[in-house]
Amino acid sequence: MDTLLLSRIQFGANISFHILFPTITIALGWVLLFFKLRFSATGDRKWMDAYMFWVKVFALSFAMGVVSGITMSFQFGTNWPGFMETVGNVAGPLLAYEVLTAFFLEAVFLGIMLFGASRVKPWVHTFATFLVAFGTTMSTFWIIVLNSWMHTPQGFELREGVVFATDWFDIIFNPSMPYRFVHMMLASFLTVAFLVAGISALRMLWGDKGEDVKSALRVGIISASALIPLQILAGDLHGLNTLEHQPAKVAAMEANWETGPNVPLVLFAIPDDETRSNKFELSIPNGASLILTHKKDGVVPGLNDFVTADGEVRHPRVAPVFFSFRIMVGTGFAMLALSWGGLVLLRKYGAGKMPKLALFAFCAMSFSGWIATLAGWYTTEIGRQPWLVQGVLTTKAAVGDVPAGMVLSTLIGYLIIYAILIVVYIFVITYLARKATRGEPYSIRRYPRGGEASVAPLQAGA
Amino acid sequence: MDYFGDPNVWLPWTFAALMSFSILIYVVLDGFDLGVGLLMPLANDDEKDRLVASIGPFWDANETWLVLAIGLLLVAFPPAHGVILTALYLPVFVMLLGLILRGVSFEMRAKAPIAQKPMWNFAFFAGSLLASLSQGFMLGMYIMGLTWTLPHVAFAMITAVFLTVGYSFIGAAWLIWKTSDELQKHAIKWAKGGIWGLVLGIGAISMATPFVSKRIFERWFDFPQILYLSPFPIASGALVIFLWWSLARLPLKNDRLSWTPFTAAVGLFTLAYCGMAYSFYPYVVPEQITIYEAASAPESLFIILFGTLFVLPAIFGYTLLSYYIFRGKATELRYD
Repeated sequence: MDTLLLSRIQFGANISFHILFPTITIALGWVLLFFKLRFSATGDRKWMDAYMFWVKVFALSFAMGVVSGITMSFQFGTNWPGFMETVGNVAGPLLAYEVLTAFFLEAVFLGIMLFGASRVKPWVHTFATFLVAFGTTMSTFWIIVLNSWMHTPQGFELREGVVFATDWFDIIFNPSMPYRFVHMMLASFLTVAFLVAGISALRMLWGDKGEDVKSALRVGIISASALIPLQILAGDLHGLNTLEHQPAKVAAMEANWETGPNVPLVLFAIPDDETRSNKFELSIPNGASLILTHKKDGVVPGLNDFVTADGEVRHPRVAPVFFSFRIMVGTGFAMLALSWGGLVLLRKYGAGKMPKLALFAFCAMSFSGWIATLAGWYTTEIGRQPWLVQGVLTTKAAVGDVPAGMVLSTLIGYLIIYAILIVVYIFVITYLARKATRGEPYSIRRYPRGGEASVAPLQAGA
Repeated sequence: MDYFGDPNVWLPWTFAALMSFSILIYVVLDGFDLGVGLLMPLANDDEKDRLVASIGPFWDANETWLVLAIGLLLVAFPPAHGVILTALYLPVFVMLLGLILRGVSFEMRAKAPIAQKPMWNFAFFAGSLLASLSQGFMLGMYIMGLTWTLPHVAFAMITAVFLTVGYSFIGAAWLIWKTSDELQKHAIKWAKGGIWGLVLGIGAISMATPFVSKRIFERWFDFPQILYLSPFPIASGALVIFLWWSLARLPLKNDRLSWTPFTAAVGLFTLAYCGMAYSFYPYVVPEQITIYEAASAPESLFIILFGTLFVLPAIFGYTLLSYYIFRGKATELRYD
């Protein structure tokens, strides 16, 4: 394998590992704020118990996100020097704004949010929680702006092969940014909704009868069932936006080789880049035309349009895009079925008497958000190939001149440590759930609510 | 006023200053918390918890300065970023591995089953060690001009050891300030054991740097520069003597002066760092690329500078707030 492919795999591995944790912290920050505000409003202890359990998951995920994120900031220079040399004038300020407006905010207030509850007034602690949640969302915004600009670049001019910014409004509000941002935020909230529901279901299966667990399960199921239809709608709109700006990606998602009307929706196939055709195709007539153009005879772009006269392929490899798109959509519909089914059962039996089978199903789907999110990112990122910045810079032109052996050995190093860390992460979350189920108290301190006189914190052992 | 008139001159200069400043803050702040990690094996089980507690609320933010520094290099001097990081590919990888290991074990040692705690304590130490050694190694390679020859690598290995000992020193100085009783006495002992590394490290870099290039030699030793540069070594020497003196006498009654070793250590790091910055200016890649050649387009730098002017004071404000909230001796880390 050559440096280019290895570098792509390495970047893919690093960012796949990284995105798992922000996907959790982006939404979990807001969920924690919700728990905290419910507690302030009702004074009901269960909300604080829920907060205390999930804040541990948050702290753990945040740390994983920070350390894997530092890796990302170095990858640009170590593996992709051509990226910043060509588009640094646009990418640079966007990344700088992410660090300045988001990273410091979240990192500093995280300390106060985690360890400051006994040292500051309740409202300051709540406000710190808000700032952490706000910081993670700001960080999402800036990085999505940059990523979207790489898909749908505008507001720049090329001088001697280097990109210069001409209109920052156009750069920030590039055509795919609003869709991608909404799609990612919803993905994060769905991931957390299923994680909260799944871990709560696990604790119930282990026999936890706590009110905090029931409430968390309710919050998870209700928010999941409310958000998943919105996500399907947002995904559809995002797809139409992609059809307009990156038709080659849509052609690969649909495994459609020839441009034309009445294009079928391919349910399953094995796309073959060599013969440029699909094997074992199973499809619904006119389906793709209907979905993408809302007309039976609507014209859908085909992959063969993206081969130049001298035979250079300017579309992505079809199979990875095709399959990851189907994994994402399939997971999404499984989420729809389970969350709506769960909602019906919740109304019928209540959170305390959910049927075991449903609890098992939620357990099994705890990390379904990760699968859908990763599959979605693979669809959009592999779908942009061979471009790194659509129409401006190819991936090949940006790769660094590092020996393949060096990239391979570090890649193996990363993969080993990531594999271990994923196992440890999931193990520790279930271990925390097990410990909480055994009823070890979260705290011996009485939490003051906003407005009440705060009581002196009890020292451990006192 | 021509100097301030041309944005192609003062913008790169400003960004070089901002970047150097972030690296300095990173070295001092993450220096002390990496140093605390390095001291882990020397502490007993109860002390280990307090070591971690002393840096708990701060380490996330401390590492963010690294992201800012590398981010500024990336956004303000893109070609230099590529050259430096591809040259330092392997040490960067080792450092990242160390930082990952460290950050993860920080959380895990408190959350994983108690039987695994010694393992995570070790991972915390090992991660701190890998990160410190590789940073020292990169420092040495940078001074030697980023070329991989045997003498350069040998020099970089020496700076790796010295920086690591230097970090453990500033970590111990932090602990003298943030802890009390037995642990504080231990920290004083550790600081005494670490100060030689700092002195030798600063000495080695100061000795070696001028001989790497004639340009740097002349910058320091030509008359009259040597006159107004003389406060650097003199002040450094005074700080070292002060440290020696105070470490021999601490702890004092009522915890008097317990903050001074850390402050003096910060002073030493700062002086050494400023000396280095003076040596290498105007180069961002030693003897190859100047900050003016590597700088991004002025219009892009303007946009960043504009934001920075508003945001940086706010960052300082809430960073100070955080240190103020967690002032005093380190107590047990609790979420409630």
